[in-house]
Amino acid sequence: MRKFWLLPLLALCVASNAMAGTKAIVVGSKIFTEGYVLGEVAAQTIEASAPPVPVVRKLGMGSTGILFQSLSSGAIDVYADYTGTLTEAIIKNPSLKSQADIQAALGKLALVMSEPLGFNNTYALAVRDAFARQNNLHTITDLARLKTPVRAAFSYEFMDRADGWPGLAAAYHFSLPPKSVNRMEHSLTYQAIDQNAVDVIDVYSTDAKIRKFNLRVLEDDTNYFPVYQAVWVARKDFVERYPLQWQALQKLAGTIDVNTMLDMNAAADIEKLSLTQIAARFRGEQARAADTLTSRILHRTVEHLWLVAISLLFSIVIGVPLGIAAVRYHATGQAILLLSAMIQTVPSLALLCFLIPLFGVGTRPALVALCLYSLLPVVLNTFTGIRSIDPRHLENARAFGLNNRQILFRIVLPLASPMLLAGVKTATIVSIGTATLAALVGAGGYGAPIVSGLSLNDVPTILTGAIPAALMAWLAHGLFEVLGKVLIPAGLRVRP
Amino acid sequence: MSYTALAEFTAKIINNGMLELEHVHKSFEGRSVLSDVSLTIPKGVTHALIGSSGSGKTTLLRITLGLIPFDKGYVKINEQPLSSFTPIEWADRIGYVPQDGGLFPHISGKQNVSLVPGLRNWPAARIDSRVEELRALVGLDAGILARFPHEMSGGQKQRVAIMRAAMMDPPVMLLDEPMAALDPLIRSSLQEELKSIFQRLAKTVLIVTHDLGEAVFLAERITLLHQGRIIQTGSYRELLLAPADPFVTSFINAQRSLPDVSTMP
Repeated sequence: MRKFWLLPLLALCVASNAMAGTKAIVVGSKIFTEGYVLGEVAAQTIEASAPPVPVVRKLGMGSTGILFQSLSSGAIDVYADYTGTLTEAIIKNPSLKSQADIQAALGKLALVMSEPLGFNNTYALAVRDAFARQNNLHTITDLARLKTPVRAAFSYEFMDRADGWPGLAAAYHFSLPPKSVNRMEHSLTYQAIDQNAVDVIDVYSTDAKIRKFNLRVLEDDTNYFPVYQAVWVARKDFVERYPLQWQALQKLAGTIDVNTMLDMNAAADIEKLSLTQIAARFRGEQARAADTLTSRILHRTVEHLWLVAISLLFSIVIGVPLGIAAVRYHATGQAILLLSAMIQTVPSLALLCFLIPLFGVGTRPALVALCLYSLLPVVLNTFTGIRSIDPRHLENARAFGLNNRQILFRIVLPLASPMLLAGVKTATIVSIGTATLAALVGAGGYGAPIVSGLSLNDVPTILTGAIPAALMAWLAHGLFEVLGKVLIPAGLRVRP
Repeated sequence: MSYTALAEFTAKIINNGMLELEHVHKSFEGRSVLSDVSLTIPKGVTHALIGSSGSGKTTLLRITLGLIPFDKGYVKINEQPLSSFTPIEWADRIGYVPQDGGLFPHISGKQNVSLVPGLRNWPAARIDSRVEELRALVGLDAGILARFPHEMSGGQKQRVAIMRAAMMDPPVMLLDEPMAALDPLIRSSLQEELKSIFQRLAKTVLIVTHDLGEAVFLAERITLLHQGRIIQTGSYRELLLAPADPFVTSFINAQRSLPDVSTMP
């Protein structure tokens, strides 16, 4: 009983050791369909290479900035990006064009880029296939020379970027009257062209909707659009430590052309196949038997439990002493309670945003965010639990010669334990829910299928995260019923 | 051994357990709560400190327990002042029985009784034999000690609380309103019990109460406290027959008075 306080410390040590000891290769990805697909392709390629190395998938982490930070901090080892994005967002020198120049600039950041995978995901103009055949259109030049009036719908971004429509119109000598060029929300332009309301729209060259709406992409015959060649980007450190794995990834260079990528994107967005199946089909393999739904859920359960347990441990180790301090020092106490209540009001996405600059991405910011969110119930219930103790018990304890520490551990904490445990229970259940957001910063858990399912509009995938999360909350509820029987002193359990 | 040495030794034994308050003054925020309170309780004597609420008796109780500081004067046990002891040493010299027993609700009777000796690192066997000795002395059934406070009657709680207070074998016992929460029938039977328990314990006992009946029944001598001053100390007979102040008589009459039958309809 006297050494119980050692347990959380012990657990912290174990936790930090386990975090330091991770040896797996971590594959990241951007948060859109193509990113997920390429991430899964990379993961399976590494898994299939010899010697076998465990792979951790942190897919759908966010935009280039987050992935670059993750690469730099070592939270991930490799992901897929585009040359244009790399020069623009990471190297911040869009004038770099050649592979060698980009490779050299990345080298200064301790990063390595592979040869292009084989497709260019850039802006393109698309027309209905029927319209193309009817007017014998193959290139943008064909379209610009078309004598019949053409109706266009372009996204806001495309209309506003200098390298979008304004530059394109000048480069190809388009003569469309302004009123036949509609400025529209990008996702609606597909509906517009499908219903024959317009004839040409701007697209990304590998967008699955090109297949879905049976569009034809017109060739950029003057190479007007910037080049966004897909490549693997990896830490130099990873390339040096795992040369064989990197080689396996390099072998994919030139094997994914626009049509292959379009097929895979369509398989995800339209056929709603799982990433595992799509990547396996690409690699000419059957989906590995091992990666069943159960094993995936099991893996995420471990990640999720880990997030909840560690953050909870920290919030107890921090929250209970804060609650005790709040009782002892009145003014400080009010400040502590106010502060932990204020943390609770920060929207989770905003909190994660604040934490990324401080803690990078991955498990750490997620743990900090979860810990901060579980703080209020722990602090508040510790405070209320202690405050509701009959003060005569405390005075009696002093009269019996108990010192402050003995009063705390023998009288105060046991008497406050029902409230305290209720606080920890609330914190646990809130954490299980909130931990699903950890996937947004690449910490995995049940949030991973929820986030990827949302971005792929794939309800079954969402459910593989949402249902286990709900079950875990339900189990936690039961666990605390049992814990109550063990931890709350018997004299407090049954009141007359 | 010389005669004087023997006399000093004897005096020490006789005085052992003597509780003394000497010219104790206490004020809160400039308002005097206790003023020049002096009281000597010889060894083995049961003494009652009586007063209505606001008389300062609770403050005096806290001072005697060493829970709050006081402005002037001395509190002594066996001629050694409170200030010369650590809080633990003092606590082990005064066995305290709070109002209603004041048992900690989360632990069993046995655990309440063994709490302090356990913290003083007594071996379990020593604790057990002391518990057994006191259990027999207060006349409590063995099974009661295994119960939690909420499963005990008022009288059982009092006995367990007395056992707890006596565990460290303190020379002085201090009881706060020992009968206040008990219903009248249980009171009269427990009063008898308490009286014989005090005799068997042979300790210096101070009972702090507002109830004259309780004081008269349990204590040999009574001190009446009013507005922070001692009005009179003596036996009940002395208070009744030779009141030092008209307040003594009015206090006694107020507690004795029952409605006059002739005034009832």
